[in-house]
Amino acid sequence: MSPFLFWIFAVLTVIFGAAVVLNRNPVAGALSLVVSFLGLSALFMSLDAFFVGIIQVLVYAGAVMVLFLFIIMLLDIRAEERRRINWLAAAGGIGVAVILLVQICMVISHFQPARRSFPPLARSTTDDVRNIGRLLFNNYNLPFQIIGVLVLVATIGVVILSRREPR
Amino acid sequence: MITLGDYLVVSAILFTIGFAGVILRRNLIVILMSLELMLNAANLSLVALPDYDAQVFVFFVITVAAAEVAVGLALLVSLYRARQTTDVSDITSLKF
Repeated sequence: MSPFLFWIFAVLTVIFGAAVVLNRNPVAGALSLVVSFLGLSALFMSLDAFFVGIIQVLVYAGAVMVLFLFIIMLLDIRAEERRRINWLAAAGGIGVAVILLVQICMVISHFQPARRSFPPLARSTTDDVRNIGRLLFNNYNLPFQIIGVLVLVATIGVVILSRREPR
Repeated sequence: MITLGDYLVVSAILFTIGFAGVILRRNLIVILMSLELMLNAANLSLVALPDYDAQVFVFFVITVAAAEVAVGLALLVSLYRARQTTDVSDITSLKF
């Protein structure tokens, strides 16, 4: 992938990610999150991770964001009214976040393999869906089944949580 | 030339944005969306590693994130039924 496309999609992802935090209207925030996820999916594709990129679009931009928008619509959440911002607390929060970012960047700058460009992930004769499928059903078979049980438990929990109490 | 470090820096910026959203915003829905942003930043740094095991791990993270969103939004709905608010500064029962 050309560096030009990488920077376009990276900037797109970061700007719309920031829009999620900065927007007062939750609907606008959710739609910005969709665009951010699409940019992230393009970054995955640029790393030859086509399966993960497709899953990102299907699961996040499709299912999860529909769930968010549905709940926003169901609860009829309006844009927050402009309340007085506690500037001291806001500056403290932003300061903590900036310190975290600086620390992560310092760790990355001391990480030797980060300066290399990418080795080819695999021989180009096999596609990545086949490789991931092999790994998933051979090496990671037990975690795969455990994750199935987790999704089942989450489904039952959601049904029980959202049931009205009979009086 | 794009290096591994560039992807890791983009991932770090995304994670920081999500983190700032969690500690700065008071609307519970926006906090959940910022959590999704943090999980996706971690996914990006995993996919940047040249290894298929990392992509299997990303698959697991996406599944867990979907379950987490479903449970979180169900909790949000039942909170809204009980208190008619989604603002975390209105929920002060456990506050000292």
